[in-house]
Amino acid sequence: MDTLAMHISNGIINGPVAAVFAAFALAALALCVVRGRQDLDDRLAPMAGLVAAFIFAVQMLNFPIFTGAVSGHLLGGALAAILVGPWVGALCVAVVLIVQALVFGDGGVAMLGLNITNMAVLGTAVAYLLVALLLRLLPRTVSGLAVTAFVASVVSVLAASQGFVVQYWLGGTTDLGSGLAGLAGTMAGVHLLIGVGEGLITATTVVTVAKIRPDLVHALRGRTVASPGTPPVPAAGGAR
Amino acid sequence: MGAGHAHVLYRDRMSPVHRLPPEVKIMAMVVFTIAVVATPREAFWAFGGYALLILLVAALARIGPGWLATRALIELPFVVFAFALPFLGRGERVHWLGLDLSVDGLYGCWNILAKGTLGVLASLLLAATTTMRDLLLGLDRLRCPQIVTQIATFMLRYLDVLVGEARRMRIARISRGDDPRFLWQLRGFAAGVGALFLRAFERGERVYLAMVARGYQGRMPDAWGGSGAATARHWLVAATVPLTATGMAAAAVVLG
Repeated sequence: MDTLAMHISNGIINGPVAAVFAAFALAALALCVVRGRQDLDDRLAPMAGLVAAFIFAVQMLNFPIFTGAVSGHLLGGALAAILVGPWVGALCVAVVLIVQALVFGDGGVAMLGLNITNMAVLGTAVAYLLVALLLRLLPRTVSGLAVTAFVASVVSVLAASQGFVVQYWLGGTTDLGSGLAGLAGTMAGVHLLIGVGEGLITATTVVTVAKIRPDLVHALRGRTVASPGTPPVPAAGGAR
Repeated sequence: MGAGHAHVLYRDRMSPVHRLPPEVKIMAMVVFTIAVVATPREAFWAFGGYALLILLVAALARIGPGWLATRALIELPFVVFAFALPFLGRGERVHWLGLDLSVDGLYGCWNILAKGTLGVLASLLLAATTTMRDLLLGLDRLRCPQIVTQIATFMLRYLDVLVGEARRMRIARISRGDDPRFLWQLRGFAAGVGALFLRAFERGERVYLAMVARGYQGRMPDAWGGSGAATARHWLVAATVPLTATGMAAAAVVLG
């Protein structure tokens, strides 16, 4: 039930609502393209590709939760926001969704706008805002960064799942009545668990990258992380 | 890996559908899917017509119905939700085999199953007849912003890098006495995921710099070559399928 909810397939949400969200997603992506172009340099281009590939691979791992009937997958919005910034990050997630819809039939093509709105736009935006806030508040240490990555992942996954509930409320093809509250609850519960898994993976990845190549972490640009006990960073062009 | 980054779903055949330029196929598939979704759910005959269209194209592309059916099982977890609808929906109820079902919910279930399956079949046909490289070329020719095609190109290229690097790290772990079995693998995987990312990045960065050194500026050479782009005839031929579908959808809306 959950897999479906994140990758909405054709016919679950009615046409007019899907069209409105497609227009919204298109406008948001256009903004990302304009702003992302300024960000994308020789260092970020391969990083963006790798982040997208990583998210693609990770989304293929479906976690069975409780039983086989409920399963979910990671979203990757927080990872993208931290490593490549909000604009390129949203584009990375959107590219993954577009390729999945076109080639694998994972999420309907007509529902692409809804899926992009939930996972690429909402998920990345929430994660980025949280990261920007938490990095100011928390101590500039490795554990501060880990907590930031973890919290941003959990909240962004929850936000994306509730995005689906709002869309279903606006244009679900079957009237669930009071069942909608149940849907919201189930989605939140399941995604809390997914969020914890995603948070652990995101935090581990980001911390490893930040320790060894802090220059690659977009969220840390212009900041220094005090990390006693980590080996000194080799100069650019050093041992490869 | 040397085979031009073909993906698992690609069926290497010689057929008129395979030979169509990719941009034409992408547009045809998108328009077809929108027509299917726009069809009112009560118009059962129209869905039969769409299924017939899919089968016709599959036959033309020499894709077996058995292959399509097996691959379409991918949508199964997605539509589990649909089977809950007859029980959750409100309004008029019917009794069938001792079950108390909602009519609106039954229609909703049918709606999701029919539209979901047709959408999956359409994208499977696209995937089976188009390589990844062609798909990206098609998106580029459809004026998809360069930054998007660039990310997609690297994503596909780096998927292989990532998989290869993961395999190497697993072999390295095993040869050092690790015994990965079932859930125990997770711990090793979790501990190595950051390292995997970094190693894949450094490999990917070398690939990128090698491409830049050979004149890469954000577009693959095929894209600015312009040969093999769709002609008016290609568009006309490929338009037959989505136009028929749109006609059926319009008829279903008017009649329904």
